[in-house]
Amino acid sequence: MEFTEEQINRYSRHILLPEVGGKGQKKIAKSRILLVGAGGLGSPAALYLAAAGVGTIGLIDSDVVDLTNLQRQILHHTPDVGRPKVLSGKEKIQALNPDVSVSMYEERLTAGNAFKIIGDYDVVIDGVDNFPAKFLINDACFFAEKPLIHGGILRFDGRVTTIIPKQSACYRCVFKAPPPPGLVASCQEAGVIGVLAGIIGTIQATEALKLILGVGRPLTGRLLDFDARKTQFREIKVRRNPNCALCGEHPTITELFDDGDPYAGCAARPSA
Amino acid sequence: MQVKINGKPEEFQSGTVLDLLKAKNIEPQMVAVEVNDKVLERDDLATTHLNEGDQVEFLFYMGGGR
Ligand SMILES: [Zn+2]
Repeated sequence: MEFTEEQINRYSRHILLPEVGGKGQKKIAKSRILLVGAGGLGSPAALYLAAAGVGTIGLIDSDVVDLTNLQRQILHHTPDVGRPKVLSGKEKIQALNPDVSVSMYEERLTAGNAFKIIGDYDVVIDGVDNFPAKFLINDACFFAEKPLIHGGILRFDGRVTTIIPKQSACYRCVFKAPPPPGLVASCQEAGVIGVLAGIIGTIQATEALKLILGVGRPLTGRLLDFDARKTQFREIKVRRNPNCALCGEHPTITELFDDGDPYAGCAARPSA
Repeated sequence: MQVKINGKPEEFQSGTVLDLLKAKNIEPQMVAVEVNDKVLERDDLATTHLNEGDQVEFLFYMGGGR
């Protein structure tokens, strides 16, 4: 694969970097990155990955654009209200960079379809809003041995971590299972400062590109928590848990399952 | 004695992790607890005694993304 003159121009600021160069840019062009959720986190991730020249971006989302999304989901614009998010997302990605091919999955990720979809990608980005889906993505990436960039945002707080299955701590190593549904508020009730999606989603995109390029040190074994009120990042070390039901020494989860009702709620932090 | 809770030094009368959760009004089901970088099993919250200088992390679920 050779770049055209136009592509060499487009990606020149990447190619100038010794860590990227023409070789790294080709790796990016061949890469396939899956975004589960084309919403708050998925929006900035999709746009920067598109700009970076990622070969294929997969978008999974069963929703249509709602007016309440536009406060943070910058992949979608006002005229898109009522249109499928995957379609709106594909148009924006390809308007930004026609080099990128976009695969649309207008559905929810489930235990039934997860392997088939995830199997086609190099890296998975978690941009979903509910715990059952976050656990399902974690489990599916573990079994499929795909690197996962986990992210979450809530009110003024965000969190991001990279999970390399069988090498670094997984989501279940820390959080064993989704919180009991009665105790969690819904996303609508909780609220979120919109720009937080941009901060966390772009870190997720950064992590994905680093993995594709093999550059630097991935955000594995560490939860990176961001507090927008104080503009403060904190890193919390997490180790692989030998008692982890998924990746521990005596796993009890041996196949994929839908862990709870995806509509049960998204927020679970005491509002301090 | 002093323990570090989410990076901040705090005073705590001796006791277990569960005592600390109660003192802070935190529902144990809503949080993952790490002591000195190791995640505790929920069953061990009531039997794990904290010592001077322990580093405790309360990790709350953070679920949003859309
Ligand atoms: Zn694990």
